[in-house]
Amino acid sequence: MSLRVEFVTKENVLVVRLEGELDHHETSKLRESWRDQLHQNDVDHVVVNLEKLNFMDSSGLGVMLGRYKEVQASGNEMIICSISPEVRRLFDLSGMFKIMRLVGSESYALELLGVASCEMK
Amino acid sequence: MRNEMTLEFLSVSENESLARVAVAAFISQLNPTMEELTDIKTVVSEAVTNAIIHGYEENPHQKVMLSCAIDGEQIEIIIKDEGKGISNIEEAKEPLFTSKPEWERSGMGFTIMENFMDKVDVTSEPDIGTTIRMMKQLTSTRALCN
Repeated sequence: MSLRVEFVTKENVLVVRLEGELDHHETSKLRESWRDQLHQNDVDHVVVNLEKLNFMDSSGLGVMLGRYKEVQASGNEMIICSISPEVRRLFDLSGMFKIMRLVGSESYALELLGVASCEMK
Repeated sequence: MRNEMTLEFLSVSENESLARVAVAAFISQLNPTMEELTDIKTVVSEAVTNAIIHGYEENPHQKVMLSCAIDGEQIEIIIKDEGKGISNIEEAKEPLFTSKPEWERSGMGFTIMENFMDKVDVTSEPDIGTTIRMMKQLTSTRALCN
């Protein structure tokens, strides 16, 4: 199963929804498109929705950390939401949530970032 | 019951998913839990990715050898490359260590392998290659032994 990526912009927040499996093979394409979205659209913060991501390895962690650093360097915030138990084990082991914020739902993450209306598709 | 399989494939990143899915399918005869299955898929992905990126430095014409054996509920996985080798294994195993920070590598591969498996042995020689041998006992057997 490969990776499907959906980018949605809500006000000044880029929502990145990942579905499938994120490994080294998928990272370069994801990194490129994610960076394009950050630079082309007028967005500040990022919400990463991992609800439908059922596999990730340390290559995926590298991409997450890379984007987190970029977003943080501009003084903005990146929030992870709706993580599956399988992927959460990897994040916990790596201590990712010592630096990144994790919340239960995309709508709550958007609310935290001050997005007024957040009706889900 | 004892059973084993071997798989040899080109060092291209498309084969990372092949490797972990093949091992997952092979060990499914032991009825692992979802968590055990995810752990095994993750460590296979880590070791194969290391072979492709670090062992062969993304040369797509080389071969990665994978074997998996089960004996009762003991699983042994061996992933081998004939690439450039690791000059300092202890350093490579340190959490967050990466020889390729510019590629956004997290440096967590060996840490994940050591945490998700019971035992990880790494043998490596410069310009000869690297072999990673990982063992894991599934939980139902542990419960019976206690």
